[in-house]
Amino acid sequence: MSYALPKSWIASLKAIVFALSLVPLARIIYAILFDPISLGANPAETILHMSGDWVIYFLLITLAITPLRKLTGWNDLIKFRRMMGLYAFFYASVHFLSYIGFDRLFDLSDMAREIVKRPFILMGFAAFVLLVPLAVTSTRGWVLRLGGSRWSALHKAIYPIAILGIVHYWWLVKRDITWPVVFGLVLAVLLAYRGFKRGGRKIRTAS
Amino acid sequence: MPRYSFPTPKGSEITPRDVYLNRRHFIAGAMAAGVGMSMVGTARAASSATQALTFKQGVAPALSDKPTARELATTYNNYYEFGTSKGEPAHNASTLKIQPWTVEIGGEVAKPRTIGIEDLLAMDLEERIYRMRCVEAWSMVIPWVGMSFSKLAALVEPTSKAKYVKFTSAARPEEMPGVRSRILDWPYTEGLRIDEAMHPLTFLTLGMYGETLPNQNGAPVRIVTPWKYGFKNAKSIVRIDFVAEQPRTAWMTAGANEYGFYANVNPEVDHPRWSQKHERLLPAFFASRETEKFNGYGAEVASLYSGMDLAANF
Repeated sequence: MSYALPKSWIASLKAIVFALSLVPLARIIYAILFDPISLGANPAETILHMSGDWVIYFLLITLAITPLRKLTGWNDLIKFRRMMGLYAFFYASVHFLSYIGFDRLFDLSDMAREIVKRPFILMGFAAFVLLVPLAVTSTRGWVLRLGGSRWSALHKAIYPIAILGIVHYWWLVKRDITWPVVFGLVLAVLLAYRGFKRGGRKIRTAS
Repeated sequence: MPRYSFPTPKGSEITPRDVYLNRRHFIAGAMAAGVGMSMVGTARAASSATQALTFKQGVAPALSDKPTARELATTYNNYYEFGTSKGEPAHNASTLKIQPWTVEIGGEVAKPRTIGIEDLLAMDLEERIYRMRCVEAWSMVIPWVGMSFSKLAALVEPTSKAKYVKFTSAARPEEMPGVRSRILDWPYTEGLRIDEAMHPLTFLTLGMYGETLPNQNGAPVRIVTPWKYGFKNAKSIVRIDFVAEQPRTAWMTAGANEYGFYANVNPEVDHPRWSQKHERLLPAFFASRETEKFNGYGAEVASLYSGMDLAANF
């Protein structure tokens, strides 16, 4: 089964999703300007954690699109994948800038020392660095320039990026690993789905 | 979704510092309880009821920083018995029953005894404004009310065999949701070397901001050692043992390579996962304050550690 919505509907839906995805940032900015107490006693940490969480949400949403598309037959979903991936990069940038600004006071040499010394920061930084080429090559022009197969090989980096992101979160928490485990399980399901599909296809071609 | 909701009062309900200071003097007067409670009003709705205390101004090393707003110090807490996020203790801690409450004091003492919280509150109390530095690299400045721990120790007369003091916190699964999962090896335990415990700065704390401790801050009685990381300051204490051997603390059991017995604030010794050179004096956005050795109390306590390798004994 497969169905499609009219093009104009897709365009408005995209605009709505685009605006909704900015709500977390709007909430942060609103709180800084008008309601700092809502960010608690440690506003910088709250912003760091909120933006970090949204990176993980958007990474998981990005990775959920293909399985959802196949399970529901709603192929238009693919039209939202690039936006979700770019929002993951966008919130990763907010997260990274909050870290180097609030925590390291824009002291880049201090930041470099921290990154190599602290494994959890290294994991997060590696994930962010790997996201950059994916964001840059997300345009149609780059798909053509690289060619479809090379482009999709490059964008498979989203799998290790998501794993690094979860590890980053896992190694950060002191004792209570509930949320890293929850996000890790969701990621495991999304990755396992792909492995299962590929395995299934192989069996089919072999028979 | 992880929570970022802090039980936050409206801006209009936040007590300005000068008003808080005036109110405290006012409350020290006769009609404390009734008037105090009505002025406190709805800002405290989420947390436990506190009562005004009578005390004198204590002597503590002078600080250049002003006290942290009460509303922040009582809504941003590490108290894993009530949840691991900073906001959860203020949400959850009202279930802790602090009446009646007794502290059992035993071990290597001549006169072991069980002391009721009302007897502790009836002793001479003083206020001391201390800096509080968390191992997570944030800090606050808090006006505590209580007494030197040595005053309590004098009641039970420790013997010469008492080399350490072990503090045990309450662990009540039915009142403390965090205790139902094994985040730490409950009950929470902490310890001090006997000379650290008997140091005049070591404070048996019954209140803060002129009132009894809110539950999320460790009611009804906790310990405060201002030159050590915050986790040394065991909350809601039910047992105090004078012992011969160095006790194994809850955080040492959780991660001995990250949390040592001494846990003296020290910018030269990093936590394995983050630097301790700087701290964020809340609610500042920037972690720009340089952390001081012994949290600025070196003149008072550094002699306790002369000749000790503080990197090895972190």
